[in-house]
Amino acid sequence: MQRNSLWVASFSSLSLALAAPLAQADDLKALREEVAQLKKSYEERIAALEARIAQAESSPQKVSRGATPSGEATFNPAISLVLAGTYTRLSQDPEAYAIDGFVPSGGEVGPPRRSFGLGESELGIAANIDPTLRGQMTLALAPEGGADVEEAYIQTLALGGGATLKAGRFLSGIGYTNGQHAHAWDFADAPLAYKAMLGGQWKNDGVQAKWIAPTDLLVEMGVEAGAGGAFPTTDRNKNGNTVGALFAHVGGDAGDNASWRAGLSVLGTSPRDRQYDDVDSLGNDVTNTFTGKSRTWIADAVWKQDFGFDRKLIVQGEYFRRRESGTLAFDVDGANLADGYRAAQSGYYVQTVYQFMPRWRAGYRYDRLDSGEVSLGGTLNADDLPILAAYKPKRNSLMVDWSSSEFARLRLQFARDESRRDLIDRQLWLQYVVSLGAHGAHRY
Amino acid sequence: MRTLLFVLAAWFALPAHAIQVFATVPEWAALAKEIGGDKVNVFAATHGLQDPHHVEARPSLIARARRADLMIATGAELEVGWLPVVLRESGNVRVQPGQPGYFEAADHVRMLDVPARLDRADGDVHAAGNPHIQTDPRNILAVGKALSESLATIDAANAATYRAGFAAFAEKWRTALARWEKDAAPLKGQPVVVQHKSWTYLLDWLGMKEAAALEPKPGVEPSAAHLARLVEQTAASRPKLVLRAAYNNPRPAEWYSAQTRVPVAVLPFTVGGNEAAKDLFGLFDDTVRRLVEPLR
Repeated sequence: MQRNSLWVASFSSLSLALAAPLAQADDLKALREEVAQLKKSYEERIAALEARIAQAESSPQKVSRGATPSGEATFNPAISLVLAGTYTRLSQDPEAYAIDGFVPSGGEVGPPRRSFGLGESELGIAANIDPTLRGQMTLALAPEGGADVEEAYIQTLALGGGATLKAGRFLSGIGYTNGQHAHAWDFADAPLAYKAMLGGQWKNDGVQAKWIAPTDLLVEMGVEAGAGGAFPTTDRNKNGNTVGALFAHVGGDAGDNASWRAGLSVLGTSPRDRQYDDVDSLGNDVTNTFTGKSRTWIADAVWKQDFGFDRKLIVQGEYFRRRESGTLAFDVDGANLADGYRAAQSGYYVQTVYQFMPRWRAGYRYDRLDSGEVSLGGTLNADDLPILAAYKPKRNSLMVDWSSSEFARLRLQFARDESRRDLIDRQLWLQYVVSLGAHGAHRY
Repeated sequence: MRTLLFVLAAWFALPAHAIQVFATVPEWAALAKEIGGDKVNVFAATHGLQDPHHVEARPSLIARARRADLMIATGAELEVGWLPVVLRESGNVRVQPGQPGYFEAADHVRMLDVPARLDRADGDVHAAGNPHIQTDPRNILAVGKALSESLATIDAANAATYRAGFAAFAEKWRTALARWEKDAAPLKGQPVVVQHKSWTYLLDWLGMKEAAALEPKPGVEPSAAHLARLVEQTAASRPKLVLRAAYNNPRPAEWYSAQTRVPVAVLPFTVGGNEAAKDLFGLFDDTVRRLVEPLR
């Protein structure tokens, strides 16, 4: 059969070859047309095939990400490390730092020691625990040694309905700056109001429930309950919570290039025998205690404007008002005189930071506190409580920072701090803050 | 009080409303609209003139994520600086990674610029590869197909609509693709200088060559000294164009152009990047036009 067809083919081609010269012009034309047609049909088929290849190339091709080796290391949590260091020049002794007119808050409120100093190194470890929970820990490693558990909490992932629960030790949701880690602040240290009212930053061991409303405008509400311990609370050694906080925030966009958030929070507690040291009218060291009620209200607002090409403006401010009423016990180790005590104290700061070109930012902050007059029952004399004598501390701060990338920042800050009566502390800070390891996402 | 209750009851009793789609960048918002039409209500976290690398976890994003049925992210760590916070704060289970309501575009295309080593000393490197996948229109098609399936999964009642929506879009897109490729044919093999490595996929599609990037490392602003060196280094390769995205700072590209007389092409980069890039078709019509015109 094959042989036959071969014969037929060679015979026909032979006859064609022989016939060609003899063929008439018409035949030749027809033949050419036939060849052209054949060529055309092949070209079309090739084009169609090419189109199919192109289509196949553009159609989804599941990329095999399975190449990552599986094993224990795959489940390692995200680890990040923040390193910070300072060089400071202070015109007043940082050891004797105080915010006059206010009960010492016991936190790390003063500037760091003079000359070179290592800031706190923060080690952060975070990962999802299972489909329902996430865990996070931030260890603050102090330069003099020792580690402090800054945060260690679990958080729900799958509650849904806009609700989230947190338990453990965490930065409270009150105010604006409070929820940010120190390394994310726009200035080298906390606003005076935070230092005087909350010992720098409020965190607690407890639980938090937060809910976000199903609206286009952000409406966030939260409630916290905790065991207390740090200023303005005391450890009550009782069942139930000793400190409670409520906060509400609203926020949204204003046009394409601006966003804002505003909020109101309250922190309430009933401290018992909250101690602080003072000097009486004769110059003797005394220890006083307060027992009663303490309510701190915070109103906060922030506005962020984006001008494009890496130029941004942030304006923020927070106002604090604290009322405390109860009993003040004077010189508990000696005279031990008790008297009624009422105080209404307030403070605020406003600050603005402008990123004027890529990597470069400049900022200004104004701090003001008002201690108000303490009202006593009549047993105690105001002269015996010199720290609480009315005073209005204030501070002006200027800063410029430069970031080599989003992971590293070098900051120069000048402050004229009038926290102490009749003393002006001129402070110069040079600070670096860098983060390495896992790329942490930042809060607003 | 009674009216308030009535309003609330009416609001909850509303028939199944449009699927709420949260897209991190405008291109995926536009794609979701092409596929879903009036069945989807789309929100884009950023606009066309915003740098997608520098986005904040703004309050509005948390509020929108709270109600989203579908989260469309680019992936490949483009949103690593803000999306995890938004997702955690949102308290919305449906759009958490691993859920059907969480979609990453980079899962569905062939990634380029996958780094051989991961080191921040190399700048803003992404372990999964270059995340600017939308600059190749073939990727739009691939992502669109996967996206239509995701929409069909989370809104099964309208599955046929999404598939039909994608089929109609794909047909129009293929026609447009042929037109763009024909128009861009003269660009094949041409060397260009880019400001940021935003155009890897575009250049790959059109067969163009990246002679150099103005940024010394991805995400690092070029210094004057670096640009001056680049002028000399790129002289031999004779680049035809300097490409920058509309959101990029114009100064580095303009300075380089002034020194070398290589024209700058300011490309829209995404939907809304300029007037002409009103939708995905306009985006590539304008991109191809801006590439071809200076070479005439």
